[in-house]
Amino acid sequence: MIASEARLRIGFIPLADAAALIVAVDKGFAAAEGLDVELIREVSWSNVRDKLNIGLFDAAHLLAPIAIASSLGLGHVKVPIVAPFGLGVNGNAITVSPALHAAIAAAGDGNILDPMVSARALARVVAKRKMRGEEPLTFGMTFPFSTHNYHLRFWMAAGGVDPDEDVRLVVLPPPYMVESLANGQVDGFCVGAPWNSVAVDLGIGFILHFVCEILPRAAEKVLAVRSRWADEHPQTLLRLVRAHRRAAAFVEDTTNREEVTAMLAAPNRIGVAAEVIRRTLDGRMKVAPDGIVRVSDRYLLIGRKGAARPEPAQAAWLYAQMVRWGQAPLSAELLAAATAVFRPDLYDAAMVDGALDLDGEPPDGIGAFAGPAFDPNDIAAHLGSCAIRHP
Amino acid sequence: MHPSLKIVIVDENPIRAAILEDGLREAGHVHVVRLGETSHLLARIYALDPDVILIDLENPSRDVLEQMFQVSRAVKRPIAMFVDQSDKASIEAAVDAGVSAYIVGGLHKERIKNILDLCISRFNSFARLRDELERARTALEERKVIDRAKGILMTAKNLTEEAAYALLRKTAMNESKKIAEVAQSVVTTAELLK
Repeated sequence: MIASEARLRIGFIPLADAAALIVAVDKGFAAAEGLDVELIREVSWSNVRDKLNIGLFDAAHLLAPIAIASSLGLGHVKVPIVAPFGLGVNGNAITVSPALHAAIAAAGDGNILDPMVSARALARVVAKRKMRGEEPLTFGMTFPFSTHNYHLRFWMAAGGVDPDEDVRLVVLPPPYMVESLANGQVDGFCVGAPWNSVAVDLGIGFILHFVCEILPRAAEKVLAVRSRWADEHPQTLLRLVRAHRRAAAFVEDTTNREEVTAMLAAPNRIGVAAEVIRRTLDGRMKVAPDGIVRVSDRYLLIGRKGAARPEPAQAAWLYAQMVRWGQAPLSAELLAAATAVFRPDLYDAAMVDGALDLDGEPPDGIGAFAGPAFDPNDIAAHLGSCAIRHP
Repeated sequence: MHPSLKIVIVDENPIRAAILEDGLREAGHVHVVRLGETSHLLARIYALDPDVILIDLENPSRDVLEQMFQVSRAVKRPIAMFVDQSDKASIEAAVDAGVSAYIVGGLHKERIKNILDLCISRFNSFARLRDELERARTALEERKVIDRAKGILMTAKNLTEEAAYALLRKTAMNESKKIAEVAQSVVTTAELLK
């Protein structure tokens, strides 16, 4: 072992799905692998990406689509990234203002808990506003290459809303989402924990959908390293993944929940009330200001149901969204480069006890509420099934 | 010289932004606009239509600027500062100093490098200033605590000032602590026993 290999700087954004990373360090799983990890909290995804790209970070908590965009050179410099471990599947929700919630409920021809009903209702609300000459609705999301952007678009487009023509989508840093909803700068947003709950608790938002109701299995964040770093430090990477696999199992063991939430809530980690993190991990979310609670056992998956194994089909789905919305051209080379970012082989190499439990998981690995099953080898067919796309 | 460059500084720290603006003006850039508050940031930037945007890396709104790379219909297609990977040293220097630059028009690399170098040096001198201030403040507070601890020891153990200080120093050495830390314990204990 080379001593210098054992010291790692890892960047993260204070969000619930940094759980495995934080627990790997603070519960000593990383130290047990001989790794001395310094966790560095960041304020923007651009910072995390740039510091990883230029080598100030050895690894990072990263939005899965940024890892792919960086590897393809979309929107920024091209730096090949690999993801040997998935930090989270799902975890996002769509929250809307009380006014928009009421409008969707009034326009819905069924139960708006059904995302197809709510999306079609949104299309009617949008059409009515257009007819009256009102400003288009504005929705907040976290980054151009973000799951939040694609999740919002996937949902509304299924109901006939063109996300580029009929509404405005704007990037907002998550800490500003709630304030922007309160002051009417946006009518809704898609974001991860704890921000949906904060809006509901303040009485200014309704959680309309958990994203797991739209896409039951959507890769969210990954542990990302530079491809070159992975090649140069195979042993360190193996130990890092093993520490994360153990940490993810620890997080998912409900008997540890109190200890885990306290660890995550610490001021130098996520720094919010432990109770809010607990709701997210338990999948018990207050969805309306009057206190209605909705429960989902797949609200956020950290290691359960094979969630930590980075599946290339997930990378292919994200790349397909980039093509669908005009961020990337469609080519076999780019598809291959995108799927190569997710590395189940590196995950499998760090052997830890326990078999993958994929019981009841969607056969295509995504399970989208609309459209045909996803075939990662036929992106053109997926795009062909989408009535709304750009260009 | 090309004095007509329009530069926007996005920084929530008004003192640092002012230092930066002064530097840019001294270098001959007269069109400098400071944006301190970040609501409707993108709309305000589109309205100003700058050639260069400088943003502090501690500002979460940096992600908002990434959207400029998506909306080609709204502005001239922007180019990121860090497109040219051959200039890794200046990227690292910029990130280290805490500044990031976005170029909106197609500008010559050397001109941007000059602006960025200027920003880096101003950001660094601001950081040094803040460190010095912080050190001076800490030193002053430490001296106050040590003086109080000396006073307590002088009364409690009937020591001279010199002997009280020597006792603090010896204890600090034995426990591998700073004198100020030992002094703080003395003060805390004395308050508990009051």
